[in-house]
Amino acid sequence: MTENPTDVTIDLRSDDSEGQQLPEIGLDESRVRQIVRETVQDTVKEEVQRAFAKDPAMKRGAIVASKGTLDWAYPPLILGNAAAAVGMETSIFFTFYGLNIIHKDHAKRLKMSAVGNPAMPMPVPGTMPDLITSLPGMIPFATKMMKSTFAEHNVASISELLSTAQEMGIRLIACQMTVDVFGFEQSDFIDGVEFGGAAAFMAQARKSHMTMFI
Amino acid sequence: MSELQVDAVVDTRGQNCPMPIMNSTRAMRQLEVGQVIKLMATDKGAKSDVPAWAESNGHEVIESDTQGEVLTFIVRKGED
Repeated sequence: MTENPTDVTIDLRSDDSEGQQLPEIGLDESRVRQIVRETVQDTVKEEVQRAFAKDPAMKRGAIVASKGTLDWAYPPLILGNAAAAVGMETSIFFTFYGLNIIHKDHAKRLKMSAVGNPAMPMPVPGTMPDLITSLPGMIPFATKMMKSTFAEHNVASISELLSTAQEMGIRLIACQMTVDVFGFEQSDFIDGVEFGGAAAFMAQARKSHMTMFI
Repeated sequence: MSELQVDAVVDTRGQNCPMPIMNSTRAMRQLEVGQVIKLMATDKGAKSDVPAWAESNGHEVIESDTQGEVLTFIVRKGED
């Protein structure tokens, strides 16, 4: 191996100075190494932090809203608004049933069902069996109940969250494929909605540290 | 809490997440760097939300105070 002229071994430890006092500064080698190590660590840490702060992906977010019930309409809008409030350039992609959220008739389309939703608080003790919650009239009842509970607690309405999102510059993007499959027209959606495909989401998501599928 | 000169009062009492920070963001957009808002909130989450929101935007929470259910923050607009 030593015969090979391309093999170069660099020994950082100089045999001459090992263990000796460095006369100019009066520090032994291990102390010098310690100082260098600490200084380099601090510098690297600072540089990495600076690089992270400059990273534009720290300031971008992409959220998929895929569900179309009243309870599931809230999380993408609340989190999207919060992302914009903390200074992120935010996009929300509405696909499949999530299209209900940005439909002009969202107030009528977003409903609440207690069927298969044992976590939903009901004004009766215990959990209602699905046999009861699936009776006619239960969906309007559950929807009304949730709306009034949210209103009592001063939770912003879906309309308010949508208008705030648009004011904050959040991009609301409807999935064109599901718009077509569900038989919607572009004019069915609130003003300002953009239309795009999965690649439009990916183009934003790949530049974002914060992505969510809701 | 000191009687500091404030440039805008953001009263979010009664509002819930995320409206306190949304309304604070609205208010900050109207102000210049260095100007100060007084933010009042009853949303219990504001206790951690307001400092997180401020830090993310480069704003400085100068003072915070709790009187009963009302949280009050004095926040100075920073450079983003």
